[in-house]
Amino acid sequence: MKLGFSEAEEAFRAEAAAWLDAALSGPFADVRGVTSLVEQSDRRREWERHLGAARWSCVGWPSAYGGRDASLAEQVIFAEEYARAGGPARLNHVGIELAGPTILAFGTEAQKARFLPAIAAGEEIWCQGYSEPNAGSDLANIRTRAWRDGTDWVVEGQKVWTSLAQFSDWIFAIVRTGEGTVGPKGLSFLLVPIDQPGVTVRHIHQMTGEAEFNETFFDGARTDAGNILGEPGDGWKVGMALLGLERGVSTLGQQMGFRNELDAVIDAARANGTAADPRIRQRIAQAEIGLRLMRYGALRMLTATEDGTASPAALTYKIQWATWRQSLGELAMDVLGQAGEVAEGSDYAFPLLPNLFLYSRADTIYGGTNEIQRNIIAERALGLPREPRGNA
Amino acid sequence: MHFAFTSEQAMIAETAASLFAEAAMSERTRAAMADGTGLDRALWAEFSGIGLAGVALPEVYGGAGLGMVELAILAEAAGRHVAAMPFIASSAMAASAIAAGGSEAQRAEWLPRLASGEAIGTLALGGADATIFDFVPHGAVADLFVVAAGDRLALVTRDCVTVAATVTMDQTRPLARVSLDAAKGEALPFSGDALAAAQAAGCVAIAADALGGAQACLDRTVGYARERIQFGRAIGSFQAVKHRLADMMVDIEQARSAVYWAACALDEGSADAAIAIHAAKAFATDTYSICAGAMIQLHGGIGFTWEHDAHLFFKRARADRTLLGTPEWHREQIARLIGLESIAA
Repeated sequence: MKLGFSEAEEAFRAEAAAWLDAALSGPFADVRGVTSLVEQSDRRREWERHLGAARWSCVGWPSAYGGRDASLAEQVIFAEEYARAGGPARLNHVGIELAGPTILAFGTEAQKARFLPAIAAGEEIWCQGYSEPNAGSDLANIRTRAWRDGTDWVVEGQKVWTSLAQFSDWIFAIVRTGEGTVGPKGLSFLLVPIDQPGVTVRHIHQMTGEAEFNETFFDGARTDAGNILGEPGDGWKVGMALLGLERGVSTLGQQMGFRNELDAVIDAARANGTAADPRIRQRIAQAEIGLRLMRYGALRMLTATEDGTASPAALTYKIQWATWRQSLGELAMDVLGQAGEVAEGSDYAFPLLPNLFLYSRADTIYGGTNEIQRNIIAERALGLPREPRGNA
Repeated sequence: MHFAFTSEQAMIAETAASLFAEAAMSERTRAAMADGTGLDRALWAEFSGIGLAGVALPEVYGGAGLGMVELAILAEAAGRHVAAMPFIASSAMAASAIAAGGSEAQRAEWLPRLASGEAIGTLALGGADATIFDFVPHGAVADLFVVAAGDRLALVTRDCVTVAATVTMDQTRPLARVSLDAAKGEALPFSGDALAAAQAAGCVAIAADALGGAQACLDRTVGYARERIQFGRAIGSFQAVKHRLADMMVDIEQARSAVYWAACALDEGSADAAIAIHAAKAFATDTYSICAGAMIQLHGGIGFTWEHDAHLFFKRARADRTLLGTPEWHREQIARLIGLESIAA
């Protein structure tokens, strides 16, 4: 058991840090520290290309597809250095963290060669089509249908909460291809181009005032017959495997964003004197502990992945970070007091911490609500009886 | 970076698990509780006999020459069984103090005896002019006292103190009142190092004990929830029960990260070792309290009986919280370490 890094790994760290600093203090100084998923999207798309050209976009991928074959430790180091350098929120995080690894795991050689280099190069941005109006927590209740027509799949239906669809070139979607099937059977995992007449993306305004999510409508949308991951009927298996990938190295990058948020809370508490309140001090210390434990929990998960051992603890990660961040949002407002309730300008747009207070209400919902996470932990990790299903 | 046990560490964990499973079952622990000592001498002899009491002591003094990770592994295993033995007082606190701050003569005289289990040590903490020390863990069965009067530490043998045993809520680790007689014992030459080492190893061991205890609370309660039938179904099928068990696991896995982060940080001399120790002690003991309380609740009436083991965990959780500083105190230390100025008293 060891937490430190080797000399060679530290050399990799220095190389990554130097490149990132040069890029972010030079040509991309304007996007340094941008945390919003939606702001400056054009420049952040250029940043994806810049990373890709220097092969810093997906360091853990095989070099054949634009990566660096980086070891787990190197991936951890890159995530840390990216955040330390103030790298902007990755516009293509869905492509890099979800679509890419799933294609790597389930794709044919042809699919890997077609899609992976384009993701690594920042040329194609991806989004995720899972949830539907009637398939939220009960994800298997998917109604969006697809059928073969000549050399194409035709897709009909609707997805919802599709983050970043407005910037995306491709969407991966779980759709029902088995006529008359219900539940997890008869689903398929399709890759669908967004820029076509059969796909319509409509913004959803959130309670923060921003629009990061969308409704995505498929009305006779088409994709080539080859754009299916796995066989028809494998959609649930592929789609659930992907959810496991959501707990990879990217969690470390996400945590660096949390670090910035917690630091902002600490700064605010020092600035307005609430840092002297013992209750606030206790809560800040507890937040600090929670953030640190997230990092070491992630290192445990990643080590288990590398060793090929099971990690039931990984099932606890989502509820852990989501709950932590929601608590941080509440702590932030308690530190700021009424000043946190007043916007700076004339738009309904709040700065980092009040926005965190609002946005973090979503954290315990998307990607499986806290209640669903508890069911998953209880059933899969603790072996408790399955939740009974109704007949409706 | 490889944040998982090596095969050697996994083997130590297995060895300890099977030892405690066979030698630290409930009736043995209860016998040690009933006689007021909180010490199962046969268990301690067996544990020490295979070299585990000196796990983190240098080999030259009869120890195993291992580190904090291995110390935590053993403390976790002991905690799972609420084992009645002075591993925390003697192996973690007293031995670490002498190893880090004793003279060569003191180390040569005492460490081999502590490593072999032949002598039991403990740590007595008090103010600068203290002559009476309260709440000394396993004080009534100790042969050697590392006495800390403020920041001055001394070694005092049993014959130079008066020990008053107390009836302690957690009967697996009774607290004693120790009064120094005229003799003040032998000063430890490097008192600062000794105290820091005793507190660091002590906190890691207590946090690991809490982790093991919390895990046992979860495992036993899951087992019960799968078997206990009410309303025609296992109570573990009800979300009110399921979700509480899931929450226990979420906290326990964080506590596990905390304990082994702290152990590694100490072994590797990391810059964040101090924060890690405070985090582990605060988080793991909070987790233990929550899990032990939930264990009683989810067992219903049987969980409130003396006959059921739930109260052993519940009481040890309380003792783990308060020994070497409460979670609140440790969080306040973290607040200072991360740049929140200390409050003017």
